[in-house]
Amino acid sequence: MSQEALRIQKISAHAGSIPGEGMQREFQVCKLIDTTTCIGCKACEVACMEWNDLPFGQTVFDNTYQTMPETRWNYWNLILFNEHETEDGTLMWLMRKNQCMHCADPGCLDACPSDGAIVQYTNGIVDFQQEHCIGCGYCITGCPFNIPKFNPETKRVYKCTLCADRVGEGLEPACIKSCPTGCLHFGSKDDMTYLAETRAKQLRDHYNFSKAGVYDPPGVGGTGVIYVLHDASNPEAYGGLPENPHVPWTVRAWKGPIKWLGNVAMIGGLIGLFVHYLRFGPKSREPEDFEPLEPKEGRQP
Amino acid sequence: MSAREQVLPHGRILRYQFHERVTHWVAGFSYLYLLVTGLGIYSPWLQWLLVALGGGQISRTLHPWIGLVFVAGVVYMYVLWASQMRITDSDRAWWNSLQYYIRNEDEKMPPAGRYNAGQKLLFWGFFVFGLLLFLSGLVLWLPEYIPWSLRFLRYTAIIVHVGSALITIGLFMLHVYMGVFAERGAFGSVIRGDVSQEFARRYHPGWYEEVVGSAPRRK
Repeated sequence: MSQEALRIQKISAHAGSIPGEGMQREFQVCKLIDTTTCIGCKACEVACMEWNDLPFGQTVFDNTYQTMPETRWNYWNLILFNEHETEDGTLMWLMRKNQCMHCADPGCLDACPSDGAIVQYTNGIVDFQQEHCIGCGYCITGCPFNIPKFNPETKRVYKCTLCADRVGEGLEPACIKSCPTGCLHFGSKDDMTYLAETRAKQLRDHYNFSKAGVYDPPGVGGTGVIYVLHDASNPEAYGGLPENPHVPWTVRAWKGPIKWLGNVAMIGGLIGLFVHYLRFGPKSREPEDFEPLEPKEGRQP
Repeated sequence: MSAREQVLPHGRILRYQFHERVTHWVAGFSYLYLLVTGLGIYSPWLQWLLVALGGGQISRTLHPWIGLVFVAGVVYMYVLWASQMRITDSDRAWWNSLQYYIRNEDEKMPPAGRYNAGQKLLFWGFFVFGLLLFLSGLVLWLPEYIPWSLRFLRYTAIIVHVGSALITIGLFMLHVYMGVFAERGAFGSVIRGDVSQEFARRYHPGWYEEVVGSAPRRK
């Protein structure tokens, strides 16, 4: 048993048990993003590209700070900018570093039909194993955050790994390392939640952001990336952060009740047809079993 | 093709012409491939089916293309047979007597034409759910081109595809059971094209009358 396998607690489309499930005690790791101190410098984007050796692609200029509308297969970390008008008419420039949220209950992993193509480590990181990916794109459908991206050349899907390679060696992810304002933090989920709540309370009590709060959506079991928002009641304003994300019910139904109903129906159907044959047999033993007719013939060949 | 040309020597009747048989097997073999690769993607227990067919990547790549072949077959079957598949009052009578059919008491069945009500159900089932599989399959084929704002299409497609597939699997099992095991002579008819006059009179008396009733008697 390799240590590698012991560190895995969830495997996509896997028949049988998971070797690491409940085997080792490990901290749930967590990235904390304080949107109130982000200055949109994009150092995290560059660090992500550098550490993961991703090729650079063309950006799109749309007269704003936004260099591209959403993350790409080779661009896993993107700051989303939004010029937001508040209720009292003042302008707020909202910036949110967008990447995989590393859900505790990941929709991508749930939707994936290929054994081992998506795994969740015991520290909570959700990672794609591209060598097992069949390129079906079901993870794209399962994700409520629009994160997995398809590479048409390799026909496989890619996304942020939370620098699982660095974290495994006791280092923080590359984006955290590069942040100049300290708006990015990395540690255990408990520590980060405490830090985030403390910061949100500070914003409410001392900075007049009465709706400040922490974004850690329960619909996906909580996430391995949490945000501090000035206005937690309106996460949509932060580049379309969903208010109550959940895995699409059709994906859940497909992988749950429909699969079991289908299995029972298919196996039951086969058994039913076999029993019918045992009980009633064929309709006839053609041709011997028929009363012979006087043949009526057409033209002779 | 006139009824006269359908009556063959030695007490045989032509049931399926060459192009009908080819269409059936184009659809049949493409459906088999889709079934096996689809089951491999459907269940972790059956992923070895994908491995046996060249691996998950190959199966994922070919499944939609073979799906196009299957849909072409289904659409051409519609062109060939839709007019003969209209549900009539005698089909409803046949359907109400299904219990006798299941117990192989075929002499108690109301007379069927070229196709009985069960065969018509199979035809329309494969037509309707085949088209649903096609439409949902298009979405599943290229999910990365569905914009985020239209993501409900992907959510719908994922469940429509599996639901329709399961329904066609039920129809497929019945079809193979009836054609290969239960009704002797049916399998040969879709390979070689002909059935015996006894077969026609027993299972499709309306069709038998239509074809043989008008044929000249020789002998």
